[in-house]
Amino acid sequence: MSLTGTHFFHQQAGRTSWVRLVRNQALTLLCFLLSALTLVPLFSLLFLLLKKGLPLLNFNVLTGLPPAPGLEEGGFGNAILGTAMMVGIGLILAAPLGILGAIFIHEYAPYARFSAVVRFVAKLLTGIPSIICGAFAFAFVVLTTGNFSALAGGVALAVLMLPTILIASEQALRGVSSSYRDASYGLGATAFQTIWHIVLPEALPAIMMGVMIAIARAAGETAPVLFTALFNQNWAHSLMAPTASLSVFIYNFSSLPYSYQVQMAWTASLILVFIVTGINILAQSIFRRNTH
Amino acid sequence: MPNSFSPSDPHQATSSSATLVPLEPSFIEVKEFDFFYGKKQALFDINLEIPDRQVTAFIGPSGCGKSTLLRNFNRMNELIPNVSHAGDITIHGTSIFDPSVEIIALRRRIGMVFQKSNPFPMSLYENVVYPLRITGQRQRAVLDETVERSLKAVVLWDEVKDRLHESALGLSGGQLQRLCIARAIASQPEILLMDEPCSALDPIATAKIEELIVELKKDFTIVIVTHSMHQASRISDLTAFFYLGKLIEFDQTNKIFTAPIQKQTEDYITGRFG
Repeated sequence: MSLTGTHFFHQQAGRTSWVRLVRNQALTLLCFLLSALTLVPLFSLLFLLLKKGLPLLNFNVLTGLPPAPGLEEGGFGNAILGTAMMVGIGLILAAPLGILGAIFIHEYAPYARFSAVVRFVAKLLTGIPSIICGAFAFAFVVLTTGNFSALAGGVALAVLMLPTILIASEQALRGVSSSYRDASYGLGATAFQTIWHIVLPEALPAIMMGVMIAIARAAGETAPVLFTALFNQNWAHSLMAPTASLSVFIYNFSSLPYSYQVQMAWTASLILVFIVTGINILAQSIFRRNTH
Repeated sequence: MPNSFSPSDPHQATSSSATLVPLEPSFIEVKEFDFFYGKKQALFDINLEIPDRQVTAFIGPSGCGKSTLLRNFNRMNELIPNVSHAGDITIHGTSIFDPSVEIIALRRRIGMVFQKSNPFPMSLYENVVYPLRITGQRQRAVLDETVERSLKAVVLWDEVKDRLHESALGLSGGQLQRLCIARAIASQPEILLMDEPCSALDPIATAKIEELIVELKKDFTIVIVTHSMHQASRISDLTAFFYLGKLIEFDQTNKIFTAPIQKQTEDYITGRFG
């Protein structure tokens, strides 16, 4: 737009018009720069990870076992497997509980005091530091079974995932139009039939997205598995034995005084970021649905 | 406060606020019925007899309680927390609030059509057979027959018979509402409740639904809530006028619209308020 134009509107607006225009442009630019700035940490992190992690990235690091100090070979296949195992255990424990809990508090007893309590506690739990989940699993599983184990790590991750899954599932159920419920109840369906045939299929994409986000978050956690699953140099052969995980592998190896081991920690970080963002992107693309 | 529920004595019923003109042995009977949302009373001492195989229209301004009463006939209001009632509603002489009445069975005998068409996000076919599926009906022949019969009854069969297994959501607004009516009658209920079924439709789709309603009254007792007085006068045999939770007047439709007894009814139908 020309500032010196003689158009009727410019005449009307008078001198303040270009001051405002410039101020507007400046603020727009500032907002753009600030939002661009938020991308800087993300991209510099990615850049750093790629730069430090790529050189060692090959098939062997994904399948090999952690090298002894000083040796320049092997990988962290057992850590990838261990993370998968513990997230799997966490999922098996937390997903049914979270989803069924959400169904109960939203579909069966939405106005009950009990439901309000569950909802409140779930919200509190999301804010609890993840190391507390680890402490809980330590006391609850490690001390009672007498050893560090994948099971203990899985329980810690389950505690971490449960509130996320419950809250996401309840939100998903809330997103299902109540006109569907009216129609179903109006036709003489029971609560179970209505939930099973109508409500759950509608809510499933959003529930799955919540579950995937919980998985992604749990996979990246160090604190809950650090003193529940500990670490293991070898392949996991039992759920009841100490088990390696990617995050603890990174934690351990990054502080070793050998440059090869440190580089391997970078590569493991890169893989972890790939896995976590991969799950997130997958969840977004599969389960995001247009609102009708 | 609501009176505690007493299993009515029909002979004591005082016809307080309404003029009752029973045409035939009554089918749905509402006796001294009060209804509360929490502490707020929505219906006051309603007495009403709805005859078999007729169209009965409920009219009145928004918030007058007409939908609330309609949703009591199949106890849909009980999905809302903290509701209570006093008095009684009987169908075929049986109280619908009797502890022995199964709410599921009651709703299966009473079809309901809502203001906004609410087809399930499934195929046309599955929409129509849903009420049968939930009773455990699996025989293909029965399901097929139901789909054809129900869709023919709502004059939708010819339009959709080639795409029964496509998503229902591809239909037009009027077709969707007819589909919902087909679904409501699929399990062959006796009563059809319609809560402003045409309020979201254009005049042509509305005309089709109205024709359909007149056709359907051969088989069903129909109660329709409507905001359109023209609609009430076109399709109903009886009209009940509600105002502020009270039944002001109930009579044959032509009488209500030509010679109402109550002043409030006259003011409403002549457009002086509402």
